[in-house]
Amino acid sequence: MIKKLTLSALAAFGLTTGGAIAAGAYDSHIEDFDFSFEGPFGTYDVNQLQRGLQVYTEICASCHGLKFVPLRTIGDEGGPGLPEEQVIEYAKQFEVFDADLDDFREAVPTDHFPASALENAPDLSLMAKARAGFHGPYGLGINQFFKGIGGPEYIASLLTGYTGEEKEQAGTTFYENTAFPGGWISMAPPLYGEDVDFADGHDNDLHHIAEDVSAFLMWTAEPKLGARKQAGFAGVLFLTLLSVLLYLTNKRLWAPVKGKEH
Amino acid sequence: MSNAEDHAGTRRDFLYYATAGTGAVAVGAAVWPLVNQMNPSADVLALSSIRVDVADLAPGSQMTVKWLGKPVFIRRRTEEEIAEAQAVDLADLPDNDARNENLPSGVDGDDGNRFLPPPAGSEDAVAGEWLVMMGVCTHLGCVPLGDAGDFGGWFCPCHGSHYDTSGRIRKGPAPTNLPVPPAEFVDETTIKLG
Amino acid sequence: MGGIPHDHYEPKSNSEKWLHRRLPVVGLMYDTLMIPTPKNLNWMWIWGIVLTFCLALQIITGIVLAMHYTPHVDSAFASVEHIMRNVNGGYMLRYMHQNGASLFFVAVYAHIFRGLYYGSYKAPREITWIIGMLIYLLMMGTAFMGYVLPWGQMSFWGATVITGLFGAIPFVGESLQTLLLGGPAVDNATLNRFFSLHYLFPFVIAGLVIIHIWAFHTTGNNNPTGVEVRRTSKEDAEKDTLPFWPYFVIKDLFALAVILLVFFAIVGFMPNYLGHPDNYIEANPLSTPAHIVPEWYFLPFYAILRAFTSDVWVVIIAETLTGGIIDAKFFGVLAMFGAIAVMALAPWLDTSSVRSGRYRPMFKWWFWLLVVDFFVLMWLGAMPAEEPYATFSLIASAYWFAYFLVILPLLGVIEKPMTPPATIQEDFEAHYPAKTDGGSPAVNPAE
Repeated sequence: MIKKLTLSALAAFGLTTGGAIAAGAYDSHIEDFDFSFEGPFGTYDVNQLQRGLQVYTEICASCHGLKFVPLRTIGDEGGPGLPEEQVIEYAKQFEVFDADLDDFREAVPTDHFPASALENAPDLSLMAKARAGFHGPYGLGINQFFKGIGGPEYIASLLTGYTGEEKEQAGTTFYENTAFPGGWISMAPPLYGEDVDFADGHDNDLHHIAEDVSAFLMWTAEPKLGARKQAGFAGVLFLTLLSVLLYLTNKRLWAPVKGKEH
Repeated sequence: MSNAEDHAGTRRDFLYYATAGTGAVAVGAAVWPLVNQMNPSADVLALSSIRVDVADLAPGSQMTVKWLGKPVFIRRRTEEEIAEAQAVDLADLPDNDARNENLPSGVDGDDGNRFLPPPAGSEDAVAGEWLVMMGVCTHLGCVPLGDAGDFGGWFCPCHGSHYDTSGRIRKGPAPTNLPVPPAEFVDETTIKLG
Repeated sequence: MGGIPHDHYEPKSNSEKWLHRRLPVVGLMYDTLMIPTPKNLNWMWIWGIVLTFCLALQIITGIVLAMHYTPHVDSAFASVEHIMRNVNGGYMLRYMHQNGASLFFVAVYAHIFRGLYYGSYKAPREITWIIGMLIYLLMMGTAFMGYVLPWGQMSFWGATVITGLFGAIPFVGESLQTLLLGGPAVDNATLNRFFSLHYLFPFVIAGLVIIHIWAFHTTGNNNPTGVEVRRTSKEDAEKDTLPFWPYFVIKDLFALAVILLVFFAIVGFMPNYLGHPDNYIEANPLSTPAHIVPEWYFLPFYAILRAFTSDVWVVIIAETLTGGIIDAKFFGVLAMFGAIAVMALAPWLDTSSVRSGRYRPMFKWWFWLLVVDFFVLMWLGAMPAEEPYATFSLIASAYWFAYFLVILPLLGVIEKPMTPPATIQEDFEAHYPAKTDGGSPAVNPAE
């Protein structure tokens, strides 16, 4: 009974993930980037997060907001880890509306990043969790089990997925993109490669920049990823110990009742 | 054999104690986060320290900022106000304690123990011109009015407490001087509270 | 309490006697904890403790989350992000609550299927079964409303679809829907009341759980043989049973520890696997997601709901017979709730004189097919409403109803069951032979 139910349950576990789409709906190409934060022991790479922050600031921030991200968090442990003075300086480049002053003022670290400047530009705070890069196969959820949901992979694939083709439709220009559902996106390519220069001379070709900003966006979506995995690991370890002790206790307790066991 | 049974008995008990103990640790480990979530969250803690730009504050004027939910008076005193404060005989003070969190407790209420020192390595335009205090009357918590009262400082309209130009209680029901919160200049024009 | 003869609590000290005369609560707890339990229960009997744990987990994490959540359409989504980013340990509390709901449903489905296999629903346990079905319905209501609270895209549109179902009820549908929504569409009024009811329902569930336990303590637990505990004398009862404490408390806690190990791994390493990315997008009443998918535990019923389209012959018949009062949409609603109703009616649909599926060779095949059908319906619920999934959904739904309405009644008549053991003791000793030597029963080989 147990074995059958376990097998059925395992099959079901794969079958049921609510991940979005059915078999065959996607021919979009998502590259399985290898991020440092993947897997049970994965963590953010602080240098990558700083590079990603730079890319966001210099390129993406002109249109896209991060309204759920407090500015002070770019100084947090487990994140880009900028020193306090740099955080204060960084914040000053943004303007926020202060209800008390009934006017705009320079942002301070306790403010959030501003919302998107462009109405059509979605806020990016949670974009890495709001998209699935991997699906199926056939709605079974197996890809996501092994590769993750694929949000940051989707973003990086989108940034590197422009073919260069354009078309006009109903007065809007669309750009062909191999990762975007439907194949045509209204955002012009934001990156071409070498769009920013990193102070430490790190590679700044399109592939690297896309990867860096996607990792940064994963951090904006899930800043507590490191702490969460640590807590999970501690919990698993502790519960393993408790399970072993309870197993032995149970066995000891039942032994006289069960008589001689083989 | 009684020996084996004794050993078995102790071993059995040890296992039971070990399991119960581990279980208790599990429960404890579960309870702590449930309590700790009620402690101030990161955004509240972030506001426990604020920076105030005082570049535009002219001598003889005051700005009031909110810090930890309460008003803080930042006054740039004139030479007259400073002189008045320094001329006071400490024996006349109902509360001869500086009430300054930036200094060791118990120092007397001399004006030199009340004002905010300038940033390290620089000097005030006028020595002792910066005064930072909680804008909460030490009687029952009303907000005193500036440039009022019999001593040229603050006057609390609720029950008539008078504070002098150093924020010290001189007359009225308030028991202690207006407290000076943790404060320092982090650069020429910025005061950090908290 | 419980017709099984056993020793009851006797107050010993003076203070115990004082209390017992005024409020026998210690006696109640003692007798509940020490209740004679069939000694042959297998690992499919652990789900009750998992369910109790889940209820406690959800209530506790829910109460602390409610300290930081704002149930207003303008702040709900942001307040959840506040929990995730600012509240101490908030991300763990949120993920535990979110995945705790999934664990709750894994456990309840295992618990229900255990009941279906071993005939736990059969007399005299019908009331336990019905209470269980009520608890299940309340769980679904609670989970549905809870999912709306973060006010993401799936929260909003899931709420729109499901409240829309009430509009399908003939005559009273529209007024009922408006009553539920508090307006013409899902909006702040809906969110606020869902928050209130989401907080309330778990306590109603807790009350029903107490009655559920009272009921199965009265009848006594079922067991894998379906054979009742002997009640001829206390000595006979003791041959078939063991006190719940410590034997089954420890066994249950071991199983719970293993399950929590898996639960913690999921919460720590893949907390969003069972969720939907679209719910990390703020609700937008002007933009419908490409595919509205409920949480996995609703999928089988969602598949049944969508299976009955207007071209299906039963629907056409119903429409003709009722002059259009029952249309495809309403038929789907009836089918969805009907699927649970037929399960609730199992005690009266199953005609077999043998209780446990262990001794029913024909029944076993049909039962396992039902389990497979359940998972197939779950998969189909996530698929788009197109061919070939539409036809599959119809077949799978048909089997669900056929199992309860046709197969269970017929099997009792045409099946030739095996003979169950005479007593529980007999079954237990067949698995764990009693010692043949006359040695001390407490000897353990030195470990």
